[in-house]
Amino acid sequence: MGDLLLVTIQVDMHDQLALTLQDDLTERISRTSARGVLIDISSLQVVDSFIGRMIGNIAAMARMLDAETVLVGMKPAVAITLVELGMSLAGVRTALNVEKGMAMLQNSLKGKETFGRNTQG
Amino acid sequence: MAVILKDETAWIKSSSDIVKVRQLVRDWAIAMGFSLVEQTKIVTAASELGRNALDYGGGGEVRLEMIQNELRRGLKVTFIDQGPGIPDLEQALKDGFSTGTGMGLGLSGAKRLVSEFEIDSAAGRGTKVSITRWRNT
Repeated sequence: MGDLLLVTIQVDMHDQLALTLQDDLTERISRTSARGVLIDISSLQVVDSFIGRMIGNIAAMARMLDAETVLVGMKPAVAITLVELGMSLAGVRTALNVEKGMAMLQNSLKGKETFGRNTQG
Repeated sequence: MAVILKDETAWIKSSSDIVKVRQLVRDWAIAMGFSLVEQTKIVTAASELGRNALDYGGGGEVRLEMIQNELRRGLKVTFIDQGPGIPDLEQALKDGFSTGTGMGLGLSGAKRLVSEFEIDSAAGRGTKVSITRWRNT
């Protein structure tokens, strides 16, 4: 099983910083051959449409690089606000905390490995 | 008629100013006793509108007001830019409408997050958007 990347966002990011994170992380997935990405947003008090879009982009880019993304730690007030804003982050898997997100990724990657072996013979 | 109890003005000139506006609106919402969910909604709406003012209006002014009418107290945040304005307001308020790189949720999304939403704009005349969240006293 390949490496998992854990990204903890701890500051209220301005837009340019969010774009830099998106690019850096995508590059890092490729360089490290990571199979899973865990994004921890438990410190974020606000996720607006820009940050929401960045999270969706990271998940999509990771998928194209054969890595899975799980978003963890979203605060309830953030979830309520994002849905009312019209952004339900469809296509991004979520877990309540880092531990559960990690377990989700590991299970999912284990499943892939088994599948890989079976198809090879 | 609502009276203004307190006001403050800030400026948006760069994307880091949007972060400052989020913090400022959060501070005001906390001081006014809004619940965490209410705080998050008005801060998020302000973030969307601040970004609009920057991206489409070339930056602008943000005015925060604590207002009071006969029944209740509210936080009103007004964004004013001198940009090109919005030629078709009805279209701009639709979900998914965007002339920029966003998702087109800015105006319509912000509107859903607040109690009152006012917009005044026309081609060549800049844009003024006000949002208000009331809290029961």
